[in-house]
Amino acid sequence: MAGLTVATGVVVLVLTGLSYAGQRRLLGEEAAPVTIRVIGHQWWWEVQYEDPQPSRGFTTANEIHVPVGVPVQVKLESTDVIHSFWVPSLMGKQDLIPGRPSAIRFTAERPGVYRGQCAEFCGMQHAKMGLLVIAEEQADFARWRDGQVAPRPEPASDEARAGEAAFVAAPCSMCHQVRGTAAAGRNGPELTHVGSRRTLAAGTLPTSRGNLAAWIVDPHGIKPGVNMPLVKLDSDQLNSISAYLAGLK
Amino acid sequence: MTRRIFRLALAVLALSACQREDRTARPSPVGLESREEVALVVLSPGESQPTVRTSGKAKEFEGNAYHLSQGKKLFTWFNCSGCHAQGGGGMGPALIDDRWIYGGSIENIVQTIREGRPNGMPSFRGRIPDDQIWELAAYVRAMSGNAPSSAAPSRSDSMHPHPAENRTSPSPPVSGGIVPPSGQMPQ
Amino acid sequence: MSDGASATGDLRDTSLDGPTLNVRLSRVWGTPRGLLGALTTVDHKIIGRRYIVTAFLFLFLGGITALVMRLQLAQPESGLVGPDTYNQLFTMHGSTMMFLFGVPIGEAMAVYLVPLMVGTRNIAFPRLNAFSYWVYLSGGLFLWISFLLNIGPDVGWFAYVPLSGPEYSPGKRADVWAQMITFTELSGLAVAIEIIVTVLKQRAPGMTLDRVPLFVWALFVNSFIIIFALPAVMIASTFLILDRLVGTHLFNPAEGGDALLYQHLFWFFGHPEVYIIFLPGTAFVSAIIPTFARREIFGYLALVLSLIATGFLSFGLWVHHMFVTGLPQLGAAFFTASSMLIAIPNGLQIFCWIATLWDGRPVWRTPLLFVAGFFFIFVAGGLSGIMLASVPIDTQVHDTYFVVAHFHYVLIGGNVFPLLGAIYYWFPKFTGRLLSERLGRWNFWLAFIGFNVAFFPMHISGLMGMPRRVYTYGPEMGWGDLQLLSTAGALLLFASFVLFVWNVAASLRRGDVAGPNPWNAGTLEWATASPPPPHNFNRIPLVTHREPLWAERGGLPVVTGLSVSHRELMVSSVAEAEPQLRETSPAPSIWPLVAAIAVGATFIGSIFTPYAVLWGALPVAAALTGWFWPKAMPEDEE
Repeated sequence: MAGLTVATGVVVLVLTGLSYAGQRRLLGEEAAPVTIRVIGHQWWWEVQYEDPQPSRGFTTANEIHVPVGVPVQVKLESTDVIHSFWVPSLMGKQDLIPGRPSAIRFTAERPGVYRGQCAEFCGMQHAKMGLLVIAEEQADFARWRDGQVAPRPEPASDEARAGEAAFVAAPCSMCHQVRGTAAAGRNGPELTHVGSRRTLAAGTLPTSRGNLAAWIVDPHGIKPGVNMPLVKLDSDQLNSISAYLAGLK
Repeated sequence: MTRRIFRLALAVLALSACQREDRTARPSPVGLESREEVALVVLSPGESQPTVRTSGKAKEFEGNAYHLSQGKKLFTWFNCSGCHAQGGGGMGPALIDDRWIYGGSIENIVQTIREGRPNGMPSFRGRIPDDQIWELAAYVRAMSGNAPSSAAPSRSDSMHPHPAENRTSPSPPVSGGIVPPSGQMPQ
Repeated sequence: MSDGASATGDLRDTSLDGPTLNVRLSRVWGTPRGLLGALTTVDHKIIGRRYIVTAFLFLFLGGITALVMRLQLAQPESGLVGPDTYNQLFTMHGSTMMFLFGVPIGEAMAVYLVPLMVGTRNIAFPRLNAFSYWVYLSGGLFLWISFLLNIGPDVGWFAYVPLSGPEYSPGKRADVWAQMITFTELSGLAVAIEIIVTVLKQRAPGMTLDRVPLFVWALFVNSFIIIFALPAVMIASTFLILDRLVGTHLFNPAEGGDALLYQHLFWFFGHPEVYIIFLPGTAFVSAIIPTFARREIFGYLALVLSLIATGFLSFGLWVHHMFVTGLPQLGAAFFTASSMLIAIPNGLQIFCWIATLWDGRPVWRTPLLFVAGFFFIFVAGGLSGIMLASVPIDTQVHDTYFVVAHFHYVLIGGNVFPLLGAIYYWFPKFTGRLLSERLGRWNFWLAFIGFNVAFFPMHISGLMGMPRRVYTYGPEMGWGDLQLLSTAGALLLFASFVLFVWNVAASLRRGDVAGPNPWNAGTLEWATASPPPPHNFNRIPLVTHREPLWAERGGLPVVTGLSVSHRELMVSSVAEAEPQLRETSPAPSIWPLVAAIAVGATFIGSIFTPYAVLWGALPVAAALTGWFWPKAMPEDEE
């Protein structure tokens, strides 16, 4: 009887110890070479890359690139409700709780595209709050990073130029920012390099000119309940804006 | 019998909630700016009040909890606080009192946001979609207590700059040029 | 006659016999016919039957919401329901199953069976019992009518802040959820108190603590868990209403509150809650197994200690629901250890039950089939639970379909399967007719197969990365096939419940008539007629053994001396069950219903204005005054 009790106690303690060891590796809060701040919003991810040189920091949305084999620290915050940052193939999840910033570390061992999704019920479009983590070789990562720090590329065609003018004059600029133009809204995802991202609307649609137009014309048909309002544009404006945004690589 | 009456009363109470709880996830894409023919002053020749024709769109927004909460979000997002602070006013007039220079009905507020006003109120026509202007106007009305308390937003999930809108006692709007009750000396 | 009548002419049951005694007692203890009788009854069997039927009704409503969810998720991007409707559906499903079915069904069976099993005439505090039923019914109707009128909650059954807080849940939806909690928890607390007092003070003479049936022990421990756990969720929901209605900042980090406070308060209740749902399942199993193994239970003391240990340990696990919230790691590791430890008393119970069957001569009737189903399903759920106890594993599978699979295995396996077995077992006692054995076998196999086909694939879906509470998913995720399989299983499971209802309906009319003890069981409820007369027993039995009916095959010894001219029951001592007092039991009364209406109106009004509490206190005070107005009791005169 006593022997069984001792054996049971030992088994429980050993399992607990193993579990604790695993926990420490995952949830450690030491600094890492690459530091990203992820801020959860209702139904999209704001991603801020931090850099010791402030001018090298930048903001993007819904897509994270990391170099392979380098530890990455992700600082987690939320502006509204509780979300949860989870990329199953890379690490366990951690909640983004308003008023309680936290952090998580991971290292991508292999290059690839990893899909993540919000894992804490956060309202109407919790189901469609996905994100992509793209692990790539150091050189590719550095090139991507330089591209993101730069302001928007010059519009290549007349249509795109007209699109930029329409974008700034329309409600778009009240919520979205495109660095290098007068559009400086901070309420919605940053769009400076939206054309370079693989998905739109937090992992819901693959990026293409057509999908950009579809999203602008009918956001509530794709993600009912999103905070993006229905913006009335005529067909010329829509065509030019979608051409412009698709070109923001 | 008593159980049946109880259930009936509950149903009646709840039916009245329909307008408060409506949530249109997918607004109609067709529709232009609603026509609101409002007067900015109370003066009109003769004995009758100025002629006012409204579109009736107010019904959809005024007592609706979802629209009021969206309006509150937009008030922060579009930086109305930059001039109006959190309703207490600064460069712009206060919004939580009963003094309305250009009229305090929801249609007047909608027109104010759309057209802008002299001395600093920008025009947001074409910059904020029409439904969102209505949401903002409904929320502005709530700031002075003129929204039903069951639908009005409660305390913010952030710093608490003014009493929650659902606990603000109503201050019925008084048009510009007339001293409102809040501005009168005690008798 | 000196022992047949007291000095005041009060007739006792010593002086009457047989049918005369039965008729006199039935008249004294009976409920008047008609609507007024139905509204004023304090008979624990009538109230227990109502509780059972109402809880099953909510089980069906919850099952229908689940079916719609399953149909929506069977295919990727299915447009069956939109996100708002789906969010309401899973909130209603969780809230109904946990608050309106899971806890009340255990209490329902307790209300009906505990007084019979301990050998008394009525439950303690019968008017409180009636009141608790009306409050439960009001709370359930409040939630469901709100749902049908578009004010149903849509924030999940746990309603985390800030999502359910004032800024992100406009309108009254979250308030409806929070107030439904107040209704159901008030009702639950009331019944828990009644059970504890009945078990401690109203046992038949000779039923010492080590002769108390395990069914009663389990529900007794369960009642303690209820009393300590339910206040935490009442606090959480009341704080939520305060934040939303009155503008307190309890959960507002910017003004000094904490969103995590809500989670702690909720899960301090939420973990014991699942044991509140599981323990009645163990009660049913402990009652069914000895009867069908035709042997006394093996390891009575171990089982009792396991129940008590489970009760205590269940309060030390709650943080395992919060492993990914960023809490300190050493603290989380403690909860890993405690979550694993609770498997020990549960495992001990399983071993004792299996040993009883092993050493007995099992008769494989439907109740025992359901118990066997319980063994497989609950143990499988327990194993996935042990996996979840480890923090690193939990960071991957938390909030995925793996967890959904786990808790359905432990809750359906641990509560619903034993419950169905219990209904098959006690249906003859409740109604006087046996359920069809043939339909029962079909019922069991459909349920078992349907359940496993529905929920086993969810383990895999979760491991493939499918999160919970999603109204749809993209076809590229690869979850579609498993979800379709789950839906097929869910349809089978639903069909098994339809078959169950069919069985009940058909057997009520045409089932085999059952005598007092069709299963040849050993506990006291089988000593009286089926269904039991209003007074339960003609004379209070004298208990000499753990299985009284097996020990006294010739005839049950009884004690006499209770009055037959007014409602009287026997109060006995706590440990040795020695007779102490003859106690008058309350007669039917309208005041519980009036008080429930006053309380209900106060609760519902208070989500619109805090002054409702003030004004509502007046009718509540009036109702309580009527309820407690002193009436001369016979014992006052002696």
